[in-house]
Amino acid sequence: MSESIEVAYWPGCVSRGFTPELHGSMAFTAEKLGIGLVELDRANCCGAGVIAEHNQELADTLNARTFALAQQTGLAMMNICSTCQGAQSECQQRLDADSSYRAHINEVLSGQGLAYEKGKDGFTNKNFLWLLVEDYGLDRLAEKVVRPLSGLRVGPFYGCYIVRPKERLGYDEFPERDLYLEKVIEVLGGEVVEYDGARKCCGFPVITMNRETSLRQAGTHVGDAIDAGADCLVTPCPLCHLNLDMQQPEAAKIVNRDLGLAVMHLPQLVGLALGAEPKQLGMSKHIASTKWVEERLAAVPV
Amino acid sequence: MADYTLKVRRYQPESGEGPYWEEFKVDLDPSLSVLDGLLQAKDRDDGSLSVRCSCRAAICGSCGMKINGQSGLGCKTQIGEAHEQANRRNGGSEPIVVEPMGNMPVIKDLITDMESTHWDKIRRVTPWLLPHGDPPEREYVVDPESMIDITQSMACIQCGACVSSCLSMEADPEFIGPAALAKAYRFVGDPRDAETKERLHDLAHDPHGIYDCTHCFSCIDACPKGVAPMDQIMRLRRKAGEEGIEDPNSGHHHEMAFVKIIEKKGTLDEVALPRESFAFGVKGKLKPSKRAIKEVLGALPTIFRTIRSGKVRAKWIAPHHKLPDGAQDEVKDVYRHAEEHREEFNLYIKGEEGDEEAAVEEGLEPPQSREEAVK
Repeated sequence: MSESIEVAYWPGCVSRGFTPELHGSMAFTAEKLGIGLVELDRANCCGAGVIAEHNQELADTLNARTFALAQQTGLAMMNICSTCQGAQSECQQRLDADSSYRAHINEVLSGQGLAYEKGKDGFTNKNFLWLLVEDYGLDRLAEKVVRPLSGLRVGPFYGCYIVRPKERLGYDEFPERDLYLEKVIEVLGGEVVEYDGARKCCGFPVITMNRETSLRQAGTHVGDAIDAGADCLVTPCPLCHLNLDMQQPEAAKIVNRDLGLAVMHLPQLVGLALGAEPKQLGMSKHIASTKWVEERLAAVPV
Repeated sequence: MADYTLKVRRYQPESGEGPYWEEFKVDLDPSLSVLDGLLQAKDRDDGSLSVRCSCRAAICGSCGMKINGQSGLGCKTQIGEAHEQANRRNGGSEPIVVEPMGNMPVIKDLITDMESTHWDKIRRVTPWLLPHGDPPEREYVVDPESMIDITQSMACIQCGACVSSCLSMEADPEFIGPAALAKAYRFVGDPRDAETKERLHDLAHDPHGIYDCTHCFSCIDACPKGVAPMDQIMRLRRKAGEEGIEDPNSGHHHEMAFVKIIEKKGTLDEVALPRESFAFGVKGKLKPSKRAIKEVLGALPTIFRTIRSGKVRAKWIAPHHKLPDGAQDEVKDVYRHAEEHREEFNLYIKGEEGDEEAAVEEGLEPPQSREEAVK
């Protein structure tokens, strides 16, 4: 394993919109870990599955453009959003399947001095969670922990796009990708909370079309995690964060119970264990209070 | 041969008791199926253990069940793999957990009542051909090419595994669901059907129709036949959009608002998305619908909370992220090219190994075609 890791970094849209604390905490955590982030500032939205539903070729070309920009840096790509991971992997699967389709897509990119190449070993695009476990390594992460999250009971929440479909998301090669959050929580010194919703849907994709179905899903999972004794949830997906955190008070009304559970972005949870102060990680920007998490951590001296 | 433990969720309505768990020790080759294991337990330990099955070869679709929480067919899941799956986190000797399918009432043990949650919904989408005009004297003649598009949805064996796994249906039991909507696409995409637009209009207008799918991919992983019901639902949405069908669920408006925002700004402006999804007509000629007004009012508490927390700041303080010099024009070029061609690359038909040129380039064996693979 190489000592330093540098990646072509796609922050996504939401981390620069409704969850600015994700973008900030990723920058902080990457620096602490020694991961170099070369930001793809010319890249575009992944389409989140919505653009593919409108016009599949459009989604494929938009993502081919982002991949081509990453390839220009000569680095593997990293994202910090389960939805980006899923939507981009879906397009990549089609692009990689057929050279004539790829050539068709590259027609328009060539005018921009870009081309998406499948290459011999294939193009690599990994969510921060995958990169952390597969490339950075859990042993190395363990060495960096200065404030173990002792006693903190954390419920993992993956986001659909990073766990299904397994065949598309590299589970043949990495069959434990849907256990990585548990592994990371344990390495950071926290305690894994098992509950029903960890790999279920937050409901966000239908918040506009069917608010009740959407918030029933979010509220149920948050409630289940509370019942299982969680102090907080952790997610690698900012869209899940929107439904689980931003909409949590509304979801509470739909499921007709008190909620009030902090929802952490993955880089925030890692950042805490690396010694960051909650404020440095933007935890005050959450809707569901993170006070309880802070108190739990303060109770165990560093 | 190896020993396995099956932990089965049992239920006998006539007993008056609730469901309970029972463990069975079975002894069989790891390459045999979970269904084989259940039948051995039934044969050796308890003849009352009930499971529906027939062909044992993933053709009849009778033995839908949940194995370690994953919906699928008992006959298509190898017991050795199921054992590994059950033990991949803790290692050791965790039992294989077998449950009846989800989202359905249980009749007895692993047998579910598929009537209300599967067959009623299948009937709901008018699962037969609606041609116009007089029938031809002999058979309908169709160009084989024109039928390729629906072969994937025709592969369905009605096992209900997708329904069992559906996370939208879990939250909204009225959702038409993955099996029925995949069946709907089978007729929407059929060149002989003459009521495509009416079908799409119906499914788009239903609040529990095509826009109620939460895009969770569960049905794709559950389906033992590669139907990918969610992909068929996305095709229905695409076709509905192409037909210009505007639905009261804001599904089409949401899609178009998203598409237009990225064309204009390159990245998603989440403040603009709900505004333009709900109140598409505010700046134009149309008035916002009653539903749009209700939704926007319903969103006000969330909006206030996001402002109070500092999540969202006024545009003049923190404008939306803009792509740097010229990049937005590149995105617009991508739009022009893709909207002109609108190609749909279907992996089910083309196959992932369809890339013969690349395979040759990379020195790999030329792969089998799909037809050969089927043989």
